[in-house]
Amino acid sequence: MISRSSTVPVALRLALRELRAGLTGFKVFMACLILGVTAIAAIGSLTRAIQDGLEREGQSILGGDIEVNIYQREASDEAVAWFENVGDVSTSARLRTMARMEPKAGSPASSTLVELRAVDGNYPLYGDFITAPALNNESLFAQEGDLWGVAIDPLLAEKLSANIGDVLRFGRIRADIRAFIEQEPDKANLGFQLGPTVMIGREALAETGLVTTGSLVNFYYKIRLPEGTSIGAVREDLKQAFPEESWRIRDRGTSAPGLRRFIDQMGMFLTLVGISALVVGGVGVGNAVRGYMDRKTRTIATLKILGADGKTVFTTYFFQILLIGAIAISVGLFAGAFLPTVLAQFLPDTLPVKPDGGVYPVALALAALYGLMITVAFTVWPLGKARDLPAVRLFRALVAPETKWPRFIYTAVIFGAALVVVLLAVGLSENRVLAGGFIVGSAAALGILRAASWAIEKTASIVPRPRNALARMAIANLHRPGAATGAVVISLGLGLTLFAGIALIEGNLGKQLGEQVPSEAPAFFMLDIQPYQVDDFRTAAMDIEGVNDVVVIPNLRGRVTELNGVSASDVEVDQEVRWVLRGDRGLSYMRELNQGSAVVEGEWWSEDYSGPPEVSLGKEVADGLGLTIGDTITISVLGRDITATVRSLRDINWGSFGFNFVILFDPNTLAAAPHTFMATLKASDDAERAAHSVITNQFPNVTAIRMKEVLSSVNVLVDQIGTAVRATAVVAIVAGILVLAGAIAAGFQQRVYESVILKVVGAVRSQILRAYLLEYALIGLVTAVIALFLGTLTGWIVVEQVMELDFTFLPVPMMITVGASLLVTVVFGMASSFRALSAKPNAVLRTE
Amino acid sequence: MVKPTALIELSGVSLTLESGAGPVNILKDINISITDGETVGIVGPSGSGKSSLMSLMTGLEQATGGSVIVDGLSFNGADEDALARHRLSRVGIVMQAFHLIPTMTALENVAVPLELAGVNDAFDRASRELEAVGLAHRMDHYPAQMSGGEQQRVALARALAPEPAILFGDEPTGNLDGKTGRAVIDLLFELAKDRGSTLILVTHDPALADRCDRVISMSDGKIVDDTGDTRSVGGSEKTDAAVAS
Repeated sequence: MISRSSTVPVALRLALRELRAGLTGFKVFMACLILGVTAIAAIGSLTRAIQDGLEREGQSILGGDIEVNIYQREASDEAVAWFENVGDVSTSARLRTMARMEPKAGSPASSTLVELRAVDGNYPLYGDFITAPALNNESLFAQEGDLWGVAIDPLLAEKLSANIGDVLRFGRIRADIRAFIEQEPDKANLGFQLGPTVMIGREALAETGLVTTGSLVNFYYKIRLPEGTSIGAVREDLKQAFPEESWRIRDRGTSAPGLRRFIDQMGMFLTLVGISALVVGGVGVGNAVRGYMDRKTRTIATLKILGADGKTVFTTYFFQILLIGAIAISVGLFAGAFLPTVLAQFLPDTLPVKPDGGVYPVALALAALYGLMITVAFTVWPLGKARDLPAVRLFRALVAPETKWPRFIYTAVIFGAALVVVLLAVGLSENRVLAGGFIVGSAAALGILRAASWAIEKTASIVPRPRNALARMAIANLHRPGAATGAVVISLGLGLTLFAGIALIEGNLGKQLGEQVPSEAPAFFMLDIQPYQVDDFRTAAMDIEGVNDVVVIPNLRGRVTELNGVSASDVEVDQEVRWVLRGDRGLSYMRELNQGSAVVEGEWWSEDYSGPPEVSLGKEVADGLGLTIGDTITISVLGRDITATVRSLRDINWGSFGFNFVILFDPNTLAAAPHTFMATLKASDDAERAAHSVITNQFPNVTAIRMKEVLSSVNVLVDQIGTAVRATAVVAIVAGILVLAGAIAAGFQQRVYESVILKVVGAVRSQILRAYLLEYALIGLVTAVIALFLGTLTGWIVVEQVMELDFTFLPVPMMITVGASLLVTVVFGMASSFRALSAKPNAVLRTE
Repeated sequence: MVKPTALIELSGVSLTLESGAGPVNILKDINISITDGETVGIVGPSGSGKSSLMSLMTGLEQATGGSVIVDGLSFNGADEDALARHRLSRVGIVMQAFHLIPTMTALENVAVPLELAGVNDAFDRASRELEAVGLAHRMDHYPAQMSGGEQQRVALARALAPEPAILFGDEPTGNLDGKTGRAVIDLLFELAKDRGSTLILVTHDPALADRCDRVISMSDGKIVDDTGDTRSVGGSEKTDAAVAS
């Protein structure tokens, strides 16, 4: 028998014997740990499963082993020859344009924005491109008569009420719909799409007339390498062979970077919320152990009388807690490993991989470590105090005063465990500032809640006694020894703070997207306006009733190559603005500074400026790049290096929903360069349809992006994110409820005794219940008020300070917070009180 | 004649504890010297300080004044762990409320101090101790499955298992009926004598105290009578007189 074996440490033997009493008193302890560990393990496993899926499917998501992406121009013959020399090549192009439905009998012509993908016969190099009906590329895209073939996303068919055989127009060509796309293997690699996909052949694209100088088109060269070829080596060779190229290279390990980043960040954020739930549960874990140690006072004192030193006592109970914790953590890990299979059913269809239901040891190990550290952080305090429990307690209650703090070593262990949690959470996060901010915020909230609960108890102990006996009793119960006040305020308060904060942030974002953005943003963004169309476009737009604020500006792309003569790759800049030096950036020029930015340093050009190249930079970016008035910046535009002097710095209002460019050239320098124009226009609700119809019919090459459609896509995304975050926050609230239930259960016997004594002295049940109701309502209300305050503060900081949006106090999430707090506290409190009141006085008094 | 070396030496001992209502003087100016092999009864009314005196002698509590030396170890300034280790090797205690650990069987309860001391054959020795108190048939029973007398005999076996130099009993029969109490006391005296342990009994019962070699009477935190040592009774005058005589 292990519990008697002399080879087993004595503390472990004693611990095993103590565990014979079962897990009574540890239900809340276990539930809290199981809940928190399950949440973290499930989030971690699901994230890993998706990441593994992306890794596994990397080739088909990318559509090759290596992808070279060039903006606005095709690769040179020399480059294409190089690609073909290292492997099989599939060439494709992608641009946004309008698909116009030819009028059918009974329905007018209609058009909508699409993502046009032109592919060659090799597409796809990896994965399966599946259509219904199943056709090969030749049958899908070949020209038959004057009609080219297309395969379309069923969503487009729905939008245009189109079917197989119907004819669509893209620029100058007509194409009949030959199939619906069922699977587009490399869709995730394309990132955020503004419209449904249309696939056509490469030859057809050339005929559309949509690809001209300055068109917003991407060309992709996907390469399948022979088996065993080192991707890294090929990338390196490619870089050396074409050192001047500004193309973007991805390989199968870095496919769908946006999605990967999103999954990483989402996983990180949900893990942080999961850790909060675990911390809330930690309060319950600590309470359970405190209660357990109180019940074990006699045993501890007996062990000490028998000669056990403090270390043995501590180790005995620490082993017990660790064993029970290990059971709970194991259950949590099991549930957390299994849950992703269930959660996968709720993932959006747009996710390119379905996560496998496998076991992800790293995610589980991490969840176990978090669980273990939280257990240690919240239990070592009561255990450390038990270590120094005077043995003489067995003989009488009056003893020398106990120290409030356990020994230094135990406070150091608590600090160490908390530090491990913080370092893991922050260290493993891609966004350490956010993770750090979250941890600091949670710790501050915890501190404020702890201080608030202390203040409530203190206030309740010193307020003048009400004349009403029931009110007096309710207030006295807030601060009596063993009162549930602290546990409820801290645990439920933290969960509700999290919920209120998230609800406010999400509500404010929704409000911005649903109300403020539509009212301030333009109705349309128009792209690909050719220079010769600018005047006609402006006139046509202004002639539509209800259309106003037509802004047309030039649109070019360029890459920053030097700052003050130093190569952009060598210059030291602030990490926050490094993106400006990566790849091509949007450029424009204007004679008059439009709304949305204001010159804060230097001066704007005079109307007749005709001097050497000059630029106006965004102030924040200039500061980050270390540039000021008079410095130079070299930008490669259409293969030509232009060195310009910084003439002015602007404060840019990114929330103005107009065209905002970090780099604006003087009105002269780029005027002669081949480029297109973009436009925004505002329109009343009624005028939107007319504007869309007039512009897209009159200017077939112009792409109209309707803001409302973009917002609706963003709203769907925000909703999906919101659901996941709220679901995790609810775990924190459930943990808080468990803690509350535990705290109320811990005081149950005292409540039974109290109610019996009250009955003995003549109180009727309704009077006692009213006192209890008042007590729990007070706790619930105070908790709600604190959570509201902290949640609002969190929401305000995130919305106003981080997102730089206007914060609005939203009544609905606030009312939910107050209501939930009151309801949970009163329901759990009163349920326990009803049970306490049903005890028969005689039976209770006889056992006293 | 050479005076025997004192096993327990208390000189000018006082114990004052803080309470919500202010400091409480529990023991005042206690002077006791107990030699090896003595049996000592400590008597007095409730609140006289008997149990507190025992707490000081067992190292469960630290004196706030004076000096306590037990079996060569000065308790003054010793930390709680040092005192626990001292109890483990030198002291056995039997208490009124038995204080058996409810989650352990009789055998395991008796084995605990031996296990704490790192004794390899703890269970064999514990088994022999239980046989010695007549509970060979109750070894695997839990405290809740035994009568009060049986529980106290388990407690006695547990106190004696490490073969302590000093055996303390704090009202060991207080929770037992007369007959059972007498049986336990007979066993206590018999086993203490067999093992050569010094026996110190705290009791209300004058008849029980009379079975001891020496009786110390306490009242209001002071020793008012000591049949074995005249020094502490009546202060220094009486001590001087006794020495003179």
